[in-house]
Amino acid sequence: MTEMIDTTVPAAPAPLPVQPPSGCPFDPPTEFGTLRAEEPISRISLPDGSWSWLATRYADIRAILGDTRFSSDTTLHGYPLSGMTGGASTKNRGFIRMDPPEHTRLRRMVTREFMVKRVEALRPEIQRLTDELCDALERRAGEPVDLVEALALPVPSLVISLLLGVPYDDHDVFQRLTGKLLSRTIAEDEREAARGELRDYLDQLVTAKEKEPGDDILGRLIVEQQQTGEITHDEVAAFAALLLVAGHETTANMIGLSALTLMRSPETAERLRREPGLIRGAVEELLRFHSIIRNGPRRVATTDIEIGGRLIRAGEGVVVAVPSGNRDATVFEAPDRLDIARPNSQHHVAFGYGIHQCLGQALARVELQVVIATLLRRFPTMRPAVPLDEIPFRTDMAIYGCHSLPVTW
Amino acid sequence: MKITIDAEKCCAAGQCVLVAPEVFDQRDEDGVVVLLDAEPPAEQHDAVREAAAICPAAVIEVQE
Repeated sequence: MTEMIDTTVPAAPAPLPVQPPSGCPFDPPTEFGTLRAEEPISRISLPDGSWSWLATRYADIRAILGDTRFSSDTTLHGYPLSGMTGGASTKNRGFIRMDPPEHTRLRRMVTREFMVKRVEALRPEIQRLTDELCDALERRAGEPVDLVEALALPVPSLVISLLLGVPYDDHDVFQRLTGKLLSRTIAEDEREAARGELRDYLDQLVTAKEKEPGDDILGRLIVEQQQTGEITHDEVAAFAALLLVAGHETTANMIGLSALTLMRSPETAERLRREPGLIRGAVEELLRFHSIIRNGPRRVATTDIEIGGRLIRAGEGVVVAVPSGNRDATVFEAPDRLDIARPNSQHHVAFGYGIHQCLGQALARVELQVVIATLLRRFPTMRPAVPLDEIPFRTDMAIYGCHSLPVTW
Repeated sequence: MKITIDAEKCCAAGQCVLVAPEVFDQRDEDGVVVLLDAEPPAEQHDAVREAAAICPAAVIEVQE
């Protein structure tokens, strides 16, 4: 029996907590702990003045993301778009913003590209790229180097460009635009301009590839799906935008944060050097611990649904707090401790949950395993070149991490 | 232990393949799950339970 449901909207719910507690940039905002204990399904205000539900418990998060009655369709009335990265709810919005069966049809066009054995086959190439970047890094010994610029961003950027068939020479363009799309703080018109610029860039790229489709993801989409009439030119461009943006800052920020955490925890780093077999579990734990997705995922209820003792009505939005779910002590023992041998670290929701769970997760895992292991092996004395409070953390972005990470060794 | 899968629901996240590669594989054309062994030996049981627990689309059903 449902208890009395409170349907009044509080005068001013607080916005989504984003600020880590002072002095501890690796911890999620303290508000999440309070909410999990006291009001696990609560309300937050969105930048446009509307409100959304916020889910902070692991079990509720899995229940919401695993239930397709919570829709991902950003064109539906009530979808909590405000303050979301990417923003607009246009027609060619990519399968991440759709429901089945449309979502399933489009997603399956690219799932094989990211399957475990395909990605494992890329491991030597990812290792080669990482080694080259580390060679260049080695030559800069003695001076402080920004690890984000020198290694963390180039690896995933090079890999996704290669896979998609996007010229890496253009990385200044798409990295700048990706940064704008993922910013929480830029004005909506500036974000719209960045979206338009990326759309134009990819539109031209897809047009060029239609004449000469290469042996890459976009080339295969053009030959196998577009030329057979399954999808349109604009849908190929939407695939390109989604995979390019998603492939960039996520892994890059995980690399930066992981490197920083391990530099600050020499015993853990030493243990990983001594027992390289721990790297897989360590990467899962780093994903859980850092939970870099800070602005979602989001859904809208398509019918009245009860979650965690609360009734969420049709047309109401939900924001799911990944960093909170991953620090839920009912699932992860001593959740605020980084434990690279934690037995259930893989139960994290850092890649989301449900049918929209990250398509590129196998790729992200291999990139993280390769880069972190290589960095530990080749630069055992690497350390931050500035105090922790001088490192610019990305509280202004949808993907958490460091804007830059000056290191020396 | 007996395993059944609902491949229609699979979103090809591939976690089952990472956890229990002797029991699960992915179809070459679209990454959808393939069940290699519906009645795996005892030493695989923990891995299979783990795969079922983390499958994001709840595709794997285990009867003990």
